[in-house]
Amino acid sequence: MKKFMLSAFAFLALSNTYADEVNVAVAANFSAPIEEIAKEFNKATGHQLKVSTGASGKFYAQIKNGAPFQVFLSADEEKPAQLEKDGLAIQGSRFTYAIGKLVLWSANPALIDTKGIILESAKFNKVALANPKTAPYGEAAIETLTALRLKNQLESKFVMGENISQTYQFVATGNAEIGFVALSQITKDNKLTGGSAWIVPEKLYSPIKQDAVLLVTGKDSSAARQFMAFLKSNESLKVIKSYGYGIN
Amino acid sequence: MGMALTEGDLQALWLTIKLASMTTVILLLIGTPLAWWLSRTRSWLYRPVSAVVALPLVLPPSVLGFYLLIALGPHSPLGQFTKAIGIGLLPFTFWGLVIASVLYSMPFLVQPLQTAFESVGKRPLEVAATLRATPLQTFFRVVVPMTKTGFLTASVMAFAHTVGEFGVVLMIGGNIPAETRVASVQIYDYVEALEYGQAHTLAGILLAFSFLVLLALNVFKKDTRHVR
Repeated sequence: MKKFMLSAFAFLALSNTYADEVNVAVAANFSAPIEEIAKEFNKATGHQLKVSTGASGKFYAQIKNGAPFQVFLSADEEKPAQLEKDGLAIQGSRFTYAIGKLVLWSANPALIDTKGIILESAKFNKVALANPKTAPYGEAAIETLTALRLKNQLESKFVMGENISQTYQFVATGNAEIGFVALSQITKDNKLTGGSAWIVPEKLYSPIKQDAVLLVTGKDSSAARQFMAFLKSNESLKVIKSYGYGIN
Repeated sequence: MGMALTEGDLQALWLTIKLASMTTVILLLIGTPLAWWLSRTRSWLYRPVSAVVALPLVLPPSVLGFYLLIALGPHSPLGQFTKAIGIGLLPFTFWGLVIASVLYSMPFLVQPLQTAFESVGKRPLEVAATLRATPLQTFFRVVVPMTKTGFLTASVMAFAHTVGEFGVVLMIGGNIPAETRVASVQIYDYVEALEYGQAHTLAGILLAFSFLVLLALNVFKKDTRHVR
């Protein structure tokens, strides 16, 4: 009987740790890698990631208004820093989990040259970009066009996606012939998944440092803390790099 | 709380009015014969056609937006057609939004009109026929005057519903100033960018507009409840 009780307790204790979930808000550009990382994390710890993906700006507003996320993977560094200042994130938990890279991409394999000369030629119907007001990749696209002195000239061809996923969708469906998207969206296993692309030189825009932060709601969750650590592990870094991100 | 309207806000409001007006006019042109047919027909097609007209009431805007993005895009026959005749692709254009809004607001025009036509009954049409009126004369001189309120309700509902459109526009609009950035999208942008002051102003205007429209409609319609 004693033995049975012990094993029952052990089972309960185990199932308790097994059942833990972590609610993570993830920037849209990181939606593919997070799925792989979630699987690895589940294998390593038994915990389950509940992933919500979307625009970082929207998550920021939702977290400010009480959304139940425990970890926030932003597409920039400002929003996690601001959440720390607002007292909604744990001081000192913030770190850069990936450095985003901007690409000019077309679903048409023959359209974009490796130097991005197409931008000057203006031989395309529309150029899609994420809304620069709310999305860091949109801001980087504007910086790039400004640096190339092409912004005013191309402004009439802009179509703006609500976030980087929608921007990708505009280009993928061919409704916009070219667009600025995240390298991670068109890269898998270190290879271009389709179409043609120009990787924008990093000197043309300020680095897109993507920061993760532990939120106050995740403070007492050991699973959430384990996930923050796992995001820095070699397993995670390998996945992150394979999608074309830089790492710190 | 609210802040003064910016030029972009005025542009968005004007665009919204333009879109809603254009949609309502087009809907009156194609929705009126459709509603008339639905109110008179004995064809078996009646049930499937009414169901199709009512679809936008239950479909999520994301479904409609997704299908339109594909159907009007460069890989579809329709997209290739609009390109071939020189219009270009319709997503990200004002006319693309008009097409989307016509589909999306269809039930709000057709259903009240159909009800109004049904309430006319057979008798006035028979009388008109014995006086040798052509079907067209009967429609414009007998049916239309009898269903004025129905036309007004239907037009106002179609207009107001188009003003309230958001999801479909977000999916096929591309957020272009003066072309596809309507008021509801402008508000969404403000909220996203945490500019709540600006969001309040525009949101307040839309709230007041919607309330006044519904109030006016109720004042105009006869009170048919039996409470007095």
